[in-house]
Amino acid sequence: MVANDTSSVAIAAMKDGATSAFDKKQKRGCSAIGLSITLPVISYSGKVILEDFKIELKPGTITCLLGPSGVGKTSILKSIAGILPLAAGSDIRASDGEAIMGRIAYMDQKDLLLPWSSALDNLLIAARLRGEKVDRHRAKALLAAVGLAGKASELPSTLSGGMRQRVSLARTLMDDAPIVLVDEPFSALDAITRHRLQALLAQLCAGRTTLMITHDPMEALRLGHQVYVLAGDPVKLTPIDDLGDQIPRDPTLSSLKEKYNQILDLLGMQKDLG
Amino acid sequence: MAKFLRLTITVSGLLGIWWLVVWATSLPKFILPSPLQVFIKFSERYDIIFENAVTTATEILLGLAFGISLGVLSALAISIHRGVKQWVMPVLVASQAIPVFAIAPLLVLWFDYGITSKVVMATLIIYFPVTVSFLDGLNRTSSDWRDMASVMQSRSKSAAPMRLFRLYRYIKIPFALPALASGIRVAAAVAPIGAVVGEWGGSSSGLGYLMLHANGRMQTDLLFASLLTLTVMAISLFYLTDYILKLALKWQPDQETLT
Repeated sequence: MVANDTSSVAIAAMKDGATSAFDKKQKRGCSAIGLSITLPVISYSGKVILEDFKIELKPGTITCLLGPSGVGKTSILKSIAGILPLAAGSDIRASDGEAIMGRIAYMDQKDLLLPWSSALDNLLIAARLRGEKVDRHRAKALLAAVGLAGKASELPSTLSGGMRQRVSLARTLMDDAPIVLVDEPFSALDAITRHRLQALLAQLCAGRTTLMITHDPMEALRLGHQVYVLAGDPVKLTPIDDLGDQIPRDPTLSSLKEKYNQILDLLGMQKDLG
Repeated sequence: MAKFLRLTITVSGLLGIWWLVVWATSLPKFILPSPLQVFIKFSERYDIIFENAVTTATEILLGLAFGISLGVLSALAISIHRGVKQWVMPVLVASQAIPVFAIAPLLVLWFDYGITSKVVMATLIIYFPVTVSFLDGLNRTSSDWRDMASVMQSRSKSAAPMRLFRLYRYIKIPFALPALASGIRVAAAVAPIGAVVGEWGGSSSGLGYLMLHANGRMQTDLLFASLLTLTVMAISLFYLTDYILKLALKWQPDQETLT
């Protein structure tokens, strides 16, 4: 419970002051789109690891995809992002009928900050790579939104792991993309920092269609409007139903206990726990 | 302070050994002059040494400028266009296989007695380490960052060459700078060799010329004075380069210290 208090304090702190202007802008500019994704084959270094993958992302919600490592979660995300080439028969369709290319933001497991650039410049890199005018005000507002207003001119090497991941989150949101793909963003962080950043992600991704990969059942239950488990032999996708729309949830609630056990069961972890 | 003390001990130690050898073997001055004799010669002829040192320094700096520029451009060309590599790489390797001493007289024949042939020589030996190390750096940009850039650029409306240019400008080149810096360090260390070898091939001024001249006249003390001047120049050049590069690449967290 103590941890939960910390997160609500963090959210409260971020809702006031410099962030409000940013919040308004975000809600105005972003019209949520849904995605239906069909990937007949996912391969990793030439070997087929997953077949017939189908998932629907509801507009403006967070979908969590859970699974053990090596099941092909990252490859799925990279295929959607256009980093990996799509196999024949693949279909990624947006609900508004337009192409998804250029409407995606991708956040990697690693923070991938440019070590020679300040936190602020790291937020501007996407615009620079496209040759667009940089929007320093928006970048500063976003840094403030992730609680790093005073660190704008710091180099990544002087920031802690949690701070770096927050800069990375801010950079992901900098493009104001309606679709956000997130790959285990907090797996390398300590439990308390992770808990705070989950709340932050839920708040900042509100209104965007988000697909988040994780191997942490607690994280999935906390953040996912929809939760899917990708596991088994052969691997299949199983939805976790009736979770309710309100996020972030408190995963320690007794009502979620059953869901937690269901996830562990699907992941085949029950046996290990003895 | 500790650094200064260490330097003093090293220098006086070396001078002491030199002195000891002269004293023990009592070799004549024209074979091995004592440190004091060399110092006296230096203070007598500092004007002529200085004049020739300026020539050599000019050759070194121009050689560095040309060698580094050419190396950087070649590495970029090879990295952008794979085909260039197959054509340029054998030439690059061959340019290193040919002993520079062998082509020094040729360069004099082609480029005259003046400074040009020495600059060409220095450029030749600087070019290779700079090209290879920068190319290495450019090829080693982690795929994670390339993927990130490709997602970010996917909504870009500009033409492919402009996208490529910005990828190099903002991601690939900065990531390759530490590798380029290593190449430049090597270049700074070998540039004086290039200039002096060039002067030995035929010249009318420079420290290499002065050394040959002094050697021919049994003025071994002048030879030593010139040699020591060249050494001090080379060491200063190296450490100055190292210092500037370190300052410029401060962001590098795992920076090695050479000094």
